[in-house]
Amino acid sequence: MSQPAPFVDALRATPLPASGIEWLDALRRENLDAFVAAGLPETRMEAWKYTALRALGQRRFVAGDAQAATHAVDSAIFALPGVDGPRLVFVNGVFRADLSALDTLPAGLTLQPLSQALRQDAEPLRFVLSRNEAEPGDAFVRLNAAFAADGVVLKLAAGAKPVAPVHLVFLGAPAEGELAWHLRNLVELGEGAELTLVEHHATSGEQQHLATVVNDIVLRDGAVLRQVVLQQAATGSSLVRRSKLQLGKQAQATAHVLELGGALARHDLRAELAGDGARFATRGVFMPRGRQHIDTQLAIRHRALNTASDSVWRGVADQRGRGVFRGAILVAPGADGGDASLSNKNLLLSPSAEIDTKPELEIHADEVKAAHGATVGQLDERALFYLRSRGIPLAEARALLTAAFCRAVLDDLPNAALREHLAALLAVELPA
Amino acid sequence: MLRIENLHARVEGKEILKGLTLTVNPGEVHAIMGPNGAGKSTLGNVLSGRDGYEVTAGTVSFNGIDLLALEPEARAAAGVFLAFQYPVEIPGVNNTYFLRAALNAQRKARGEKELDSMQFLKLVREKLKVMQISDELLHRAVNEGFSGGEKKRNEIFQMAVLEPTLAILDETDSGLDIDALKQVAQGVNAQRSPERSFLVVTHYQRLLDYIEPDFVHVLADGRIVESGDKTLALKLEEHGYAWVREHGEPAGATA
Repeated sequence: MSQPAPFVDALRATPLPASGIEWLDALRRENLDAFVAAGLPETRMEAWKYTALRALGQRRFVAGDAQAATHAVDSAIFALPGVDGPRLVFVNGVFRADLSALDTLPAGLTLQPLSQALRQDAEPLRFVLSRNEAEPGDAFVRLNAAFAADGVVLKLAAGAKPVAPVHLVFLGAPAEGELAWHLRNLVELGEGAELTLVEHHATSGEQQHLATVVNDIVLRDGAVLRQVVLQQAATGSSLVRRSKLQLGKQAQATAHVLELGGALARHDLRAELAGDGARFATRGVFMPRGRQHIDTQLAIRHRALNTASDSVWRGVADQRGRGVFRGAILVAPGADGGDASLSNKNLLLSPSAEIDTKPELEIHADEVKAAHGATVGQLDERALFYLRSRGIPLAEARALLTAAFCRAVLDDLPNAALREHLAALLAVELPA
Repeated sequence: MLRIENLHARVEGKEILKGLTLTVNPGEVHAIMGPNGAGKSTLGNVLSGRDGYEVTAGTVSFNGIDLLALEPEARAAAGVFLAFQYPVEIPGVNNTYFLRAALNAQRKARGEKELDSMQFLKLVREKLKVMQISDELLHRAVNEGFSGGEKKRNEIFQMAVLEPTLAILDETDSGLDIDALKQVAQGVNAQRSPERSFLVVTHYQRLLDYIEPDFVHVLADGRIVESGDKTLALKLEEHGYAWVREHGEPAGATA
């Protein structure tokens, strides 16, 4: 048990959203109680070893932004080349129909805000919302379950393959106080369905809010999900996310992830390869600069025959930036014929930067191919001199090498316009 | 063009160059020969401005400017090029992109207009012909997975594109078979001109059969101990470096 903290006190005093749905209100109460009882995770917990929440625990966040529905937002903030399909936009956790694009949905796609889905018919969501999967240390999942009153409900019918990507935009905007806002996203791809999904965290003005986002993603047999996550939250904000993917037989998911923003950004990405032949690939870059703290926890569980996972992550830390990466792969008993590889290479660009990386591989099955490795290093002095000896100035040479270091992460992103945009974005964001 | 006077340099606290003096005029090809550890590679590295090489005494003037005061990239823009003994592999950086960035950085530093991609491509095509390099190498990452010969040819190709006024070839012959050596030499010879000077650093006389020097210098223990024309290289080949040490005084007269 942890000592009472202002953070927990403030939330305990915050009224829960009232849905008028009995089971949902009870569920929220139950999760709030569990959260209050456990408090924030502490660094003696393995999953939080390198991410101390003491400072966060001293802060009081308020709920509800009266202006969330009316903040003026420039749509250029979230415009992305190659991403021009249906769009759902949330500002400080509140759905904004005026910024969204839901008028012409492709055949087979159901896409609406959770608040609306709950109002229409909450019962179909009861099972998935009630599923309690909080593990020790999952305080934020509890918190999210207690307070999330909105989010995304996306359902793609079996066999549907809309071409245009679906764009989910989560914006933070300045408000009266420091807000805590929470969103719960439910995504389900039917058998053989295919979708590109862009999860986009951005900011419409500097603020220091706390956001929690919980993604629950299910891929039925043979479904294909191409996920792109662009995290550019405000540099003062805290963002805690948990994504859980469940993959059926022959289902395939890829996730390209750019973690760039936030003062504190934590992402737990969990994939359950539950069906035979399921495949999961992640490509990611995290780039803490200034005093940013970016923590990525990847957990991949191979639970069926002939499943494959492949993870390539790059960390670049500059100034006093701190990066944390944990890549845990489990090949469960009976999940024979698995193929799991994980690589995490990291670059420290300043003596005060730090990256803690920990690959973990646990194999309980036969005929498994597994490879994992992690490194932390600096820019290659020989390569720097080589570039400079050809006339390229030091700052440009450093940027060139850093960009090259991250290149592998975007190489296999099929959406060329988006890939080029993200590559250019990386080049701009890269510390020189 | 290049005047090196009484150059002393240290690496990791150890004095390697101990009073080297050398003058190179425009269009001349000077071969620097010497046994291992004489300071041959140190000379190239000091001239191109590599970190970790501390100049403790002496001066290097290049077209009237103090070369040692410049950063490596400024030396390149001023016209100095070092062909590396061990060209560095740079995964993730495309060879063409790199070369264009280098050329344009130099042009910018000199106040010249940068080349757009069409102009650059045209230039590259011309130079490729001279070097007999397949354009497949251009699409790969810089030196990544190149054979020894490909790496050295890529160095000379870069030189052709960047058009330096002083090219330093650091043991460019090392690790090359005779065919690759001939190709590299041919590329170098194609770039000889009245304005361009070469410092050809080599351990073996072999390279000088193909790149004919105007002058040959023997570097031993951090100093030039012997200078002569190309016949000096042949003498070294015949007698070995020990001969120079015993022989001591300037060559030429005693042939």
